[in-house]
Amino acid sequence: MSMFGKDLIGLEDLSREQILTILDTADAFRSVFDRPVRKVPIMRGKTVVNLFFEPSTRTRISFELAEKRLSADIVNFDASTSSLKKGETLRDTAENIQAMKVDMIVMRHSSPGAAAYLGRVLKASVINAGDGAHEHPTQGLLDIMTMRQRLGNLEGKKVTIVGDISHSRVARSNIYGLTKLGAKVTVCGPPTMVPGAMAKLGADVELDLLKAVADADVINVLRIQLERQSQMVFPGNREYHLMYGVTADVMRRTKDSCFVMHPGPMNREVEISSEVADGPRQVILEQVTNGVAVRMAVIYLLSGGDPGNLRAGD
Amino acid sequence: MEFNWNRIPAEYLVTNVKLCRGGKLSKRAGFLHIKKGRVEGLGVGAPTREDIPVLDGQGQVCAPGFVDVHVHFREPGQEEKETVATGVKAAACGGFTSVVTMPNTSPPVDTAAMVRYIIDRAAEADLCRVFPTGAISRGLQGEALTEFGDLIRAGAVGFTDDGKPVMHGKLMNYALQYARRLGVTVTSHAEDCTLSGSGVMHAGYWSTKLGLAGIPRTAEDSMVYRDCELAKATGGHLHVAHVSTRGAVEIIRRAKEEGVNVTAEVTPHHLSLDHSRCGDFSTHAKMNPPLREETDIEAVTQGLVDGVLDCVATDHAPHTSMEKELMFDQAPFGVVGLETSFAVCNTFLVREGKLDLGALVARMTENAADIYHLPAGRLEEGGEADFVLLDPDETWRVGPDHLRTKSRNSPYLGATLTGRVKATFLRGRLTWRDGD
Repeated sequence: MSMFGKDLIGLEDLSREQILTILDTADAFRSVFDRPVRKVPIMRGKTVVNLFFEPSTRTRISFELAEKRLSADIVNFDASTSSLKKGETLRDTAENIQAMKVDMIVMRHSSPGAAAYLGRVLKASVINAGDGAHEHPTQGLLDIMTMRQRLGNLEGKKVTIVGDISHSRVARSNIYGLTKLGAKVTVCGPPTMVPGAMAKLGADVELDLLKAVADADVINVLRIQLERQSQMVFPGNREYHLMYGVTADVMRRTKDSCFVMHPGPMNREVEISSEVADGPRQVILEQVTNGVAVRMAVIYLLSGGDPGNLRAGD
Repeated sequence: MEFNWNRIPAEYLVTNVKLCRGGKLSKRAGFLHIKKGRVEGLGVGAPTREDIPVLDGQGQVCAPGFVDVHVHFREPGQEEKETVATGVKAAACGGFTSVVTMPNTSPPVDTAAMVRYIIDRAAEADLCRVFPTGAISRGLQGEALTEFGDLIRAGAVGFTDDGKPVMHGKLMNYALQYARRLGVTVTSHAEDCTLSGSGVMHAGYWSTKLGLAGIPRTAEDSMVYRDCELAKATGGHLHVAHVSTRGAVEIIRRAKEEGVNVTAEVTPHHLSLDHSRCGDFSTHAKMNPPLREETDIEAVTQGLVDGVLDCVATDHAPHTSMEKELMFDQAPFGVVGLETSFAVCNTFLVREGKLDLGALVARMTENAADIYHLPAGRLEEGGEADFVLLDPDETWRVGPDHLRTKSRNSPYLGATLTGRVKATFLRGRLTWRDGD
């Protein structure tokens, strides 16, 4: 067993050292991407199942690429259209998959706690690819990796997360990971989307966007779920853009070095303007590239891979 | 004469017990004389009778059989969770001799025939008195009143749509008006569903941390307030089920001070556990209303001490292991509670010095019986011989084998509690003995 145990459920469970080890390993994998052959034989003969109970395009493709670049055999299981709809329990589905002798399961599920549950009942490794509004650890890691590339040591750096904090697993994973590396996290959004208890998770709450970004080193803009409008959580896209949209105008009120991130997919002209999304102060596609490297690192380390060996052999 | 536990005689003495009744625990050893299911006599000391068998109580506490005004026995419709027959076994094991069942079965108890069905099932099992409540609204749909008069004639002791609130204010108003004329109680599951929404646990630190939708206190407080105002306006007897918030305690306190005809209950779990119990996504900590915060526990405890909350009720809500193994947001609300009720209350209230044993027993017997005017909960000469023998000092670790319910969804599994029901007697007949 590696220094990481069997599963990756959330960044809440990781130590600062573990996070740094994953990031260093991801940096090493990242260098493989610039080679003519981007594949390493580390996971040859191992089987990984991508078990997605919620539709996802980019996270699933990112995991799939990471697995392929590690030479794993992979199976994609789109559970949003499978027997789960017919009333089979998560345990039954998972035990069936395990009975087919798989080594690792990457799971996305709409219920908080689903990944932890799976990790508890299965012998296979489980990587949480998002469990409801709870955690999305690889997204948190790829965000932090991207910040670290730009800012170096994150100690004392200020990260502002803007959006629907209540419903965001990305926000929670960012908060846990960043605070462990010494960064200061501020969350910002409409009061209906920022629960007061966020302060107890280690983030500052600032509901005024301009104040929240004034001395930020990074702004991490979250995707607004448009369906929340029908749940009365906010008045609408136009109002949201007016009050919380990250626009060129907002960026002019930040430090010159401040840059913008977004986990995607973007609602242009809602949470972010195209001018910013396509402009010089964003690193959105860097995040996407880093996502593959981070996922390779997590899969490698959970499989018992030695980070030192990788760097030595690189 | 020797007392034979396996053949309980028609007449016998229980001696060397501390009688606990009327809110007081006797310090001196006393006795209970049982004859043909009734209390022939009781008091301090020990009468010398050589002609009838004597049960030596060994210094244990002898109290009236407990009364639980809030249980779900699931029959008909969800017999995989519980039946009346298994429910009364759990009740007897917990020291209960009278229970009030909730009507949210499938189909619901909204006709006289359904009331009689429950009573018949209970008579067959004959381990505990079972008093059914009827639904306030037909089909629990919250739209039209059921036939209260007919249901009462069949044996219904009160009305509630428990499991969900009566969201329609006018319907609740009519229910209280109508029930007042009939002299029965209307019980409110106080929850504004537009505020609780898709919530699955208390809205606060833990729901935020876990990413689970929260149920705010306001969902309960606002509905308790509405119902107290309706009770005040109509004069009907409102009973508030499972109070969980500090705000609801204050609202009920003020209503009582104003003379409103309102009573209230609190569950053992709301007296002893907080929302941190959901921390590992444990569905055995998922119930509605949800486990709240330390300040709420203090408030409901103080409310029970002060008499603002009249009694303890378990809200015994069995669910199968399969259902409780669903993800937290998908799993059904509810926990079982009959077998652990006394031990939990004794551990968290009596041993913590909040209530003395006599006061706790009153809140588990006569106070509860009075909510629905039940002929139960008292131990007196000429009355029914429903009683329990308790060891308030015995410590035990709750295991699945201690439960007699069909389900296993107890938040106390693995917990160490103090206080044990040693034996339960219904009409003088043994319905439960520890170790059996």
